[in-house]
Amino acid sequence: MPQLLKVRNLQTQFFARDSIVKAVDGVSFDLNEGETLALVGESGCGKSVTAMSILRLIPNPPGKIVGGEIFFQGRDLLKISEDEVRDIRGNDIAMVFQEPMTSLNPSLTIGRQISEPMEVHKGITLKKGLLRAKDLLGKVNIAAPERRIHDYPHQFSGGMRQRAMIAMGLGCNPKLIIADEPTTALDVTVQAQLLELMKNLTREYGTALILITHNLGVVARYADRVNVMYAGRIVEKGTAHEIYDDPRHPYTIGLLKSVPQLDQDVKTRLVPVRGQPPDLSKVPEGCAFYPRCDFATERCRKESPVLETVSGNHEKACWIDVK
Amino acid sequence: MYAYILRRLLTIIPTLIIASFIVFSLIRLVPGDVIDMMVSQHDIGDAEVTRATLEKAMGLDKPIYIQFGAWLGKIALHGDFGDSLWKGTAVADEILARAPVTFELGLIALTIGLLLALPIGIYSAIRQDTIGDYIGRTVAILGMAIPAFWLGTMIMVYPASWWGWSPSIKLVPFSEDPIGNLKTFLVPGTVLGFALAGVTMRMTRAMMLEVLRQDYIRTAWAKGLKEKVVILRHALKNSLIPVVTLIGLQVPILVGGTIVIEQIFVLPGMGLLMLEAVNQRDYPIIAGVMLFIGLVVLFVNLMVDMSYGWLDPKVRHK
Repeated sequence: MPQLLKVRNLQTQFFARDSIVKAVDGVSFDLNEGETLALVGESGCGKSVTAMSILRLIPNPPGKIVGGEIFFQGRDLLKISEDEVRDIRGNDIAMVFQEPMTSLNPSLTIGRQISEPMEVHKGITLKKGLLRAKDLLGKVNIAAPERRIHDYPHQFSGGMRQRAMIAMGLGCNPKLIIADEPTTALDVTVQAQLLELMKNLTREYGTALILITHNLGVVARYADRVNVMYAGRIVEKGTAHEIYDDPRHPYTIGLLKSVPQLDQDVKTRLVPVRGQPPDLSKVPEGCAFYPRCDFATERCRKESPVLETVSGNHEKACWIDVK
Repeated sequence: MYAYILRRLLTIIPTLIIASFIVFSLIRLVPGDVIDMMVSQHDIGDAEVTRATLEKAMGLDKPIYIQFGAWLGKIALHGDFGDSLWKGTAVADEILARAPVTFELGLIALTIGLLLALPIGIYSAIRQDTIGDYIGRTVAILGMAIPAFWLGTMIMVYPASWWGWSPSIKLVPFSEDPIGNLKTFLVPGTVLGFALAGVTMRMTRAMMLEVLRQDYIRTAWAKGLKEKVVILRHALKNSLIPVVTLIGLQVPILVGGTIVIEQIFVLPGMGLLMLEAVNQRDYPIIAGVMLFIGLVVLFVNLMVDMSYGWLDPKVRHK
């Protein structure tokens, strides 16, 4: 399949009074059309900042993309003008945010908010936009959409709002949807429904999906490929199978151990990854995971590991050959 | 909704009665009553006219609560607000003749205040910590720090002595010469509006900054909307509720301001009427004007509360 997105050595930093937070520190990855890629990692590992950087939505100040390239359909998004990137936002690349409760405007109707990107990018009228909004709400399984488009967000439940967000994203038939922890704030039952919905819709429309999550259970089921991030870097990448069945980075192994399994003996204790993620304004020299790693050696403390091939497209950034 | 409005309108009545009673009694407790004023201004040599007969003639010999009851009763039963003790004219006529001037001044001041406060406040917020923001904030502080009476006096005095220019004080009716009429109100309206603009500007800026940090603003950017649309459609309406509250709170201050400004710019409004009445201890006029102002302030508050329904759909659906 043709390549849609190519990110090379992306570096995004936040400038505080007397420190620099390297939120994304040299991230590279590729995404093909129609593919689902998961970005996995703990809170504060740079997943969301990576996503926001793709659309150049990093608030400046304090944040700034200081280096790298983001090719979308062959164009470097970091080199085009603000007007050009605005044409891409919501049109070719749509975002679904993690807080459905606060990500919709409380004083505009749902229909209006869904219709808005189509009005801007496809040049249709509000009237036509509302008709489309009605169809889209139906597509995301909201009952009585012709009535619901006139509702305000506070009349929607959390799950319904997130469906509305998805409908909003689908409006312009984007090539890529970036979903930033789309299910984190929702009930578990609703989470599954929503992910299923997103999977079906992206398949139907041939839309590529970047799914940002810290839930590895989600990843296994919905993603084709997985990038595991730690402290602003990708520490392991591969297909969902490779990451699940053959994790090679101690951090990935730690994450997998901390996910409950249905077939596990009930007495088995979950093993959390010990310690805290590092402060990104003072990442230690050497491997950032070194202080929390069970396999750490002297080399890990001094030298920062780079991504190297395990097999095929499976890569890891670790000095140790962990299996 | 209608039940709510009716209930609110009914609560206005006791509030007004209490407020008028306070004004009614306080003005009578001020040293030097209307009789002293009259005696000091006219040479009443006639020994037949004693203080007692004057008091009796004007109904001031009875206890305050009886006077108040009689005054209130006349209003409630006949819509009669009494007559001026000096001129003998009906208080209602006096007020109706003067009110349009004050209303126009207040309205123009409010309009100018908002025309200054909203754009500068919004601009300050979206260009936070730039030179423009600092200038905007300085203007806001000046608006709050400079008293309207001082600014008004300066504008009356200095341009006249430097360039021989002074603001027009000749009042022509709006119906005859709208431009000339607005010209007269422009300077006093700006002086008064500037004072209002300061606080409103700061509130607009603060609320705008708060709203611009919200997730739904990020969503709006992610849709590919232009800055103008993000600010005006998505951010502004959500930041307006506290601003509208503040405007409601400023209406009484505005009324107080008109009294001073009318005096400085010699505008024959209710403020000037009130000031003359207080100086002459013309009790019925004072009570009538206060009742009228109270009514306007309470009505504005009601409108402010009702505008929340328009601004916030959550309020509308409750």
